[in-house]
Amino acid sequence: MIDDIDRAIINGLQGGFPICERPFAEAAARLALDEDELIGRLARLRADGVLTRFGPLFKPEALGGIAVLAAMAVPAERFDAVAATVNAFPEVAHNYAREHALNMWFVVAADSPEGAERALERIAEATGLEVLALPKTREYFLDLRIEA
Amino acid sequence: MTPDPIDLRIVEATQAGLPLVARPYHAIAERLGLAPDDVMARMARMQDLGAIRRIGAVPNHYRLGWRANGMTVWDVDDARVDALGERIGRLPFVSHCYLRPRRPPSWTYNLFAMVHGRDRAEATRQADLIRAELADACRAGEVLFSTMILKKTGLRIASAAAE
Repeated sequence: MIDDIDRAIINGLQGGFPICERPFAEAAARLALDEDELIGRLARLRADGVLTRFGPLFKPEALGGIAVLAAMAVPAERFDAVAATVNAFPEVAHNYAREHALNMWFVVAADSPEGAERALERIAEATGLEVLALPKTREYFLDLRIEA
Repeated sequence: MTPDPIDLRIVEATQAGLPLVARPYHAIAERLGLAPDDVMARMARMQDLGAIRRIGAVPNHYRLGWRANGMTVWDVDDARVDALGERIGRLPFVSHCYLRPRRPPSWTYNLFAMVHGRDRAEATRQADLIRAELADACRAGEVLFSTMILKKTGLRIASAAAE
């Protein structure tokens, strides 16, 4: 369970974490907490899985990298085995089961479009399934902040 | 920006998270054999240039009660999709909104918008609001609900790029 202080931390600290010698002290002051308490609560929230991580969120395209969304129609009886095969690729950053004929959706991240293409080809080979590549053509909006 | 090898080492050292210690940037600098001021200056530059979108807590939607995560997808008139994509992206419940290629015959949708509700009814209402906003520019749409997270490690790009 999270309490009101956890909630204030999650809502107040999804961005704007300072870059300075004692950033937790500075962030804690904004939340009327002290440095040790903020660090302790973040460690607990991360250990409990309420936070998936605490740190910078990079934009791969700005670093010369690329992230490509891909979808596959996986036969139900092979779903778990295919998921294991796909997840074993280090290029696969996330993978979701979705309710649709195209029932597996994953993101491949690589250092170049060619690298992403090669990873997708290897996934198609390893699974024997068609991989539908849906790279973004344009980003209208991205803000993954969510309310606790 | 064009990151240099030192930037990429910093990316690699921080993409799974910052150390939760009083001086996290100093800890990263020590691990990489760099000066703390250099690490902080490079991260500030990456943030200024948009390579770092933000620094902070990355919550798990499910654990915060946002259990209905729907990928809404729409077949929108190409001539109007840019203006509409910007508008859909500004709706408060949309976390990302992208234009993607159609792959007919199996995939005919070009506009993607992720919505998040506490339950499916709420997410479905959000999809209905998008549908209303798109109006006659939209030929068809669907909501693909996620039923399971199979993997979520975040993007790991530098390990390949730094080699």
